[in-house]
Amino acid sequence: MASITPVPADTVIAVHGVTKHYGSVHAVDGVTLDCRRGELFGLIGHNGAGKSTLFKMMLGLIPVTAGSIQIAGENVTGKGFRNVRRKIGYLPENIVLYDNLTGLETLQFFARLKGLPPDHCAATLGRVGLQHAAERRVNGYSKGMRQRLGFAQALLGNPQLLFLDEPTNGLDPEAIRGFYTILNDLKKQGVTIILTSHILAEIQERVDRLAILASGKLQASGTVQQLREQMSLPLTITVKPAVGAMDSVQKILAQLPGLTVSTSADCITVHCPREQKMQVLTTVTALGPQVQDLHVREASLEDVFFGFSG
Amino acid sequence: MEFAPILTIAAKEFRDRIRNRWVLAVSLIFTVFALVITYFGGAQQGDVGFRSIEFVIASLVSLVIYLIPLIALILGFDAIVGERERGSLDLLLSMPITRVELLLGKYLGLATALTLSTVLGFGLVAVMLLAHLTPSALLHYLGFMLSSVLLGLAFLSLAVMVSVFASDRTRASGLAIALWFLFVLVFDLLLLGALVLSGDSAVGVIFPYLLLLNPADVFRVLNIFSLDEVRNLYGLATVFPPALAKPWLLGGLMLVWIIAPLGLATWRFHK
Repeated sequence: MASITPVPADTVIAVHGVTKHYGSVHAVDGVTLDCRRGELFGLIGHNGAGKSTLFKMMLGLIPVTAGSIQIAGENVTGKGFRNVRRKIGYLPENIVLYDNLTGLETLQFFARLKGLPPDHCAATLGRVGLQHAAERRVNGYSKGMRQRLGFAQALLGNPQLLFLDEPTNGLDPEAIRGFYTILNDLKKQGVTIILTSHILAEIQERVDRLAILASGKLQASGTVQQLREQMSLPLTITVKPAVGAMDSVQKILAQLPGLTVSTSADCITVHCPREQKMQVLTTVTALGPQVQDLHVREASLEDVFFGFSG
Repeated sequence: MEFAPILTIAAKEFRDRIRNRWVLAVSLIFTVFALVITYFGGAQQGDVGFRSIEFVIASLVSLVIYLIPLIALILGFDAIVGERERGSLDLLLSMPITRVELLLGKYLGLATALTLSTVLGFGLVAVMLLAHLTPSALLHYLGFMLSSVLLGLAFLSLAVMVSVFASDRTRASGLAIALWFLFVLVFDLLLLGALVLSGDSAVGVIFPYLLLLNPADVFRVLNIFSLDEVRNLYGLATVFPPALAKPWLLGGLMLVWIIAPLGLATWRFHK
């Protein structure tokens, strides 16, 4: 995976051959990846796969054992990285905030640390739907509210780069939708976003590209579709025959080579290799009124993930 | 190094201590102890009430030498390790600030809280005693307050150093307690033991210099030596050369005790 490939001109994050060893434990092992401007990039892996360690190295919080990381053209361990930090928003996994500060004070504290005037903080709180809790102390916040406050903190100062470690932890479905709406707006403005998540169904339709980490190693990276193709995962086509046509439809489908066909009470399920997809669809549509309904499902990100990470 | 982030962190630390009433509580402790000592310090001799400023300062020095190091160590032992253990350190360090600025901000905020408590607590007593104090007595008392502030800052510096070196809060608290025992209780006993065992030869000559290796002893010498009556009372004049007992020299030493641990902590945290 650590082969040298030309880095595209709009690369914002360039990770090259990065390794982190803690004694004999290889937390991250020779990872190479890049993120481009305005991209929503997902990093997925089991617990302990090395995602958070990689994040921390990208932010210059812990040194790499080997390899190099450049963010916005600056080496993360260099002196110039301080200025890059002003353009970065970071939401750590399981964020811990200060219980004795109010929501607004929390944002004002971080705004000052970023060298920003604190007058935009109230608007940022409103952006994550916490305006009603601005004057309440954080110790009275629910887990979801803390997570939203943490996200608001990351949004301070219009960052050009967002590092979000398990950002939807503790959020309810409505808040998750609101969260991704904000991410989409930011993407349109050219903000580069890199996030980790355990909830694969949630990110599979939303990320532009993703990387799969397992035991500290990069297993694969690309769009969800590219990874599906790389894994040669079969499609699932579900056919619902018209009343009385079950046997005839099943017979026709069973004659096609290379398919796995199974039946349930009123449906026929066909697992077919990608290259046979059009052949199956043509056959099914030619059956006309004998078919009542048809559903095609791509392999999910979960299928892809388990395919790569084992 | 930029000052704005240092001040931001310091302001937060200070405000935390005001908000959770730490400053108020410690000020009250100082005031109550100082008043009790002032009025009842001579009770054993059948004397109740204010006697002389020398007597008050001598009694307060014995109290402060135990109390202030303990309070300073408790205040600062988890400054950094506490953030690390709670999980808030990574977020702080992801901000456009350096580790040195974070450390100095923490120290400055805690130091302001401790200084304010000391000045408020003992200042209130000075105000109450104002009618009894001559200008020179007041000056002595102010000197005592200033040296108490320096003693607090020195032990706070040690505490912040502990908070950088320790890997978790439990170890940090253990180390802080060990430092208190070492400087406040054990150090003098060891010196005394060495002095007795060696007769009055070599150790007697270097004894005053060894005292300077302990900020608590520097504080004691600084206060006792400024008061003639007390100096004779403690018999210190016999072991301590007057050339060393200059307030500016001892004050300078206290500054070294403030700067050195903080410098060591900065070096370690930066690594």
